[in-house]
Amino acid sequence: MAEKLLIPLYDNDVAPRFDLATEVCIVNIVRRPDGTSRADEKVVVLPEASADELCQLIIADGMDAVICSAIEEEYHQYLTWKKVAVFDNVLGPVDKVLQRFLEGDLESGSTLFPNSND
Amino acid sequence: MESLGTITGLTFEQLNLAPFLDEVPVGLAVLDGNGRVLLVNRAYKTLVGFGTEDVRGLPCLHALRCRFCLQGCRVLKGIREFEPVTRETDIINIDRQRIPIRLTVAPIHDAEGNPSGYLETVQDMRQITELSSQASRAYSLGGLVGNSPEMEKIFQMLPGIARTDSSVLITGETGTGKDVLAEVIHQNSDRANGPFVKVNCGALPETLLESELFGHTKGAFTGAVEDKPGRFRMAHGGTLFLTEIGDLPIPLQVKLLSFLDDKVIYPLGSTSGFHADVRVICATHRNLREMVKEKRFREDLLFRLNVVRFHLPPLRERGEDIGLLVNHFLSTFNERFHKDIKGFSDRAKRRLALYRFPGNVRELRNIIEYAVNFCREHEIRLSHLPEYLADVEAETAIASPAEAEREASGLPAGDTPSTWEGLEKRMIMDALFRAGGRKGRAAEILGWGRSTLWRKMKTHGLSE
Repeated sequence: MAEKLLIPLYDNDVAPRFDLATEVCIVNIVRRPDGTSRADEKVVVLPEASADELCQLIIADGMDAVICSAIEEEYHQYLTWKKVAVFDNVLGPVDKVLQRFLEGDLESGSTLFPNSND
Repeated sequence: MESLGTITGLTFEQLNLAPFLDEVPVGLAVLDGNGRVLLVNRAYKTLVGFGTEDVRGLPCLHALRCRFCLQGCRVLKGIREFEPVTRETDIINIDRQRIPIRLTVAPIHDAEGNPSGYLETVQDMRQITELSSQASRAYSLGGLVGNSPEMEKIFQMLPGIARTDSSVLITGETGTGKDVLAEVIHQNSDRANGPFVKVNCGALPETLLESELFGHTKGAFTGAVEDKPGRFRMAHGGTLFLTEIGDLPIPLQVKLLSFLDDKVIYPLGSTSGFHADVRVICATHRNLREMVKEKRFREDLLFRLNVVRFHLPPLRERGEDIGLLVNHFLSTFNERFHKDIKGFSDRAKRRLALYRFPGNVRELRNIIEYAVNFCREHEIRLSHLPEYLADVEAETAIASPAEAEREASGLPAGDTPSTWEGLEKRMIMDALFRAGGRKGRAAEILGWGRSTLWRKMKTHGLSE
């Protein structure tokens, strides 16, 4: 089973703002029958920071889920209406966030920076 | 010698700042030298959604999620020494609301003057932003109604002025809405939850007025059987609205000036002062500059009150607002008196359009209230208007031979204006005819400025 995941980037962290991100990490996840997963990542540089354009990219490329930090209600509703799972208010390095997602334990509101309680 | 602002000893003790900072009504975040969050206060949590327990140790960028932080943050750029920076920007809180804020970032230095951290203040600007937006697109704000350039200017100014604590002077003829404007300023200020106390400075003799304003102690004069708080004290934390300020006696002008300077009032018979946290708004229909020349008003007080001045134009100068106000009051009184009046007959409209309303908006309001009261039909006709307006028709008949001539010339009988715009156009044409084509004279006849006449002629397609 394959999944496509998008994470707005700020350096190596989940970008603080969905609407202001200029880079995104697109992850193709293949879940193997033995329970393990393989994640193939690529970074895409966007022409400009735009929540509208980002939503179009997410829908056009068939993303299954979005992991982000701050996102406006308008865009959150749009994506969920389009059957995209949204994990918002997630703070932390992309590697840790992705690992948590693959483990099935990621929730909206998770904080995964070093020294955080999550 | 210890320098001003430096506290020695205290910085070497364990400090629990949280209870203190939680009482500050503005969002605050204390950051370490690397821009990581040490502490945020209650107002910050209310606004942003994250408390100290959520973001301690995190880069502030990820706690506040502010536009400016992503685009221009000096802390992120590693700049340690800079003057406090203030920006209008926005955040998105954990409830997914985008909130306009005013952000200030300032370095914190230790006792030796070395940078040791940063202080962020975050002020919620939603109310101001909403007011500015409202004022820029609406013709109504609070109880004020208008769409003329003069009123639009007031609507533009009002949101910003309301949020300051400056004294305000409102001028304008009787009945132009000065009281309404004062209350709107109060309701849109930070003092909206405080009292709004109104005093008419022309209503009482000097001695009683002084007692009324500043209060008195028991025994201060014959009849002072108990302590009495003055209006200044009653307005503490709110707004004191002084109407007819031009009628304030000179000695009380001196006392008012003293209060405006130091915010302390001294009740009659008392030797101790009371610090009154009061914003003062004044209003007058008089020409205070002329009164200063005549030595009937103190120049220094005029300067002190004139920090911000609003001038409300007379209704006759608000052209297109008359129709707007008529409809507004018609709607108001329809609702109040449970009526269903649709509008005005052509003759009634004409009568109203020709009247100069010396009593301004208040008079117009009274006329509409009268008419709605007496009308038992779906349309207000001439007979429903106050009888004193009948003089207008008589004057028009005498002063408008042009109209009779036009009727005799065989103009289409059905060509009667049925809108306020049509009536106004007719007024302009009549005035131009009476003035022999001289626009200056026509403007005088209409009671307008030349620029107003020019603008309206252009609007109605009457320009040459």
